[in-house]
Amino acid sequence: MIARLLGDAAHVAVGAASPIPATGCELARAQGKRIRVTRLHKRKGNPFTEGSRELFDLAGQGRIDLFFLGGAQIDGEASINLVRAEGRRFPGSFGSAFMYFTCRTILFREEHSRRVLVPRVEFISAPGWSPPEVERRGGPIALVTGKALFAWQKDKRRFRLESVHPGHSADEVRENTGFDFDAESVAETAPPSAEELALLRSSVARQLASDYPEFAQRVWG
Amino acid sequence: MDAVRALIQRKIKNLRLLGVPVLGMSADLLIGAGCVAEVHSSAVSLGEAGLAPRFTEAAERGEIKVVDYTCPAVHTALQATEKGVPFMPLRGVIGSDLLQERNDWRIENNPFAGSKDPILLVRAIVPDVALFHARWGDEAGNVWVGRRRELATIAHAARNTYVTVEELRPGDMLEDELLAPGVISSTYISGVARAEHGAWPLGVADVYGIDDAHLAAYAAAAKTRDGFQRYLDEYVWQKKKNSLPA
Repeated sequence: MIARLLGDAAHVAVGAASPIPATGCELARAQGKRIRVTRLHKRKGNPFTEGSRELFDLAGQGRIDLFFLGGAQIDGEASINLVRAEGRRFPGSFGSAFMYFTCRTILFREEHSRRVLVPRVEFISAPGWSPPEVERRGGPIALVTGKALFAWQKDKRRFRLESVHPGHSADEVRENTGFDFDAESVAETAPPSAEELALLRSSVARQLASDYPEFAQRVWG
Repeated sequence: MDAVRALIQRKIKNLRLLGVPVLGMSADLLIGAGCVAEVHSSAVSLGEAGLAPRFTEAAERGEIKVVDYTCPAVHTALQATEKGVPFMPLRGVIGSDLLQERNDWRIENNPFAGSKDPILLVRAIVPDVALFHARWGDEAGNVWVGRRRELATIAHAARNTYVTVEELRPGDMLEDELLAPGVISSTYISGVARAEHGAWPLGVADVYGIDDAHLAAYAAAAKTRDGFQRYLDEYVWQKKKNSLPA
């Protein structure tokens, strides 16, 4: 599904904690999509020669079309929290407070629960929207979880449920989501085709194994 | 990492750590060993091995002061120092709670804009000490970091820069056109010490990789204070360098 969400993006950057988004991007490439995928923590052949600062300079100039962000908490206004929640400390905001402003962003979080999808985040690492006087080229376009796909409606500052993954229902999604959202005609997310699965298990798996060893071991063995 | 183990052996206290732009196992070891008073960073984590357990517990219990950043703000603050200016602007960040309770970041209007255009100004950071591991040092006192140019920025910004290196080379790397772009000139370097395999269990590109199994074992051991103490006994006090903890 991530491969299908990339749209017309020509340059996608993927972070260290994003093996599933990285998988989606590499799948799109394996299917012949002309897309530059910059994996930030590539251990060999990393694209940067100015250290990690180059990523932010690239994004600041508008040279990265799409990025992925997650959150310990994500709220109905698409604000994300990577710092603290319910007395627990998380690693920190990383580059989110900058990347969310400069790149179109797919929010990705596998866990779909009221613990994660909250009415209001406890700490705003990066806000989902900004007042008109604040320069902001980027922002959320979608939220992908283990149960569903939501589209972000910028004008309404609200999510809309687009599709529910096979094995889950719209009611279950409503039940497990802490914020309110629109839902008109909700489709079932199309599962990967046999051809997509074959690519995932062969060339894509091989590409990711060296940079996400723990993930590759767990998923593809 | 050898330098980090040495700092723990010396029982150093009250360190203020700055992550450029993030911190990992080195910081977690120092925090767990009681060497750290403050952490300034965009994140502290062990990457694929998960949360940094000693940082997480110390932050949750309020045992250390944590000042949260976002990655490009750290780079920008060091680049300001590199250029000798008091602050630099950075886009984004406005509306983030990272701005709360701090006097080193301010929102001002872009003086060159015709209309309202708020922008973040980040105050320059001058680290007392930059500390990192690199592949080569040479007789002239230069250090080769290759493509890791953010290390050059730290060295340019810090008052003192101390480097451990895998290998010492004869001659002057600045005289080699192929090596020179990856070199930090001795101008910025306060001291170099040889530490073969000194990044372990982290890696040095093209020399040895990250010891993922060791990192995972550390992440599991350091979940409890006892487990962490056993790890310190084995790998810091007894100076073992094998891959997997007993």
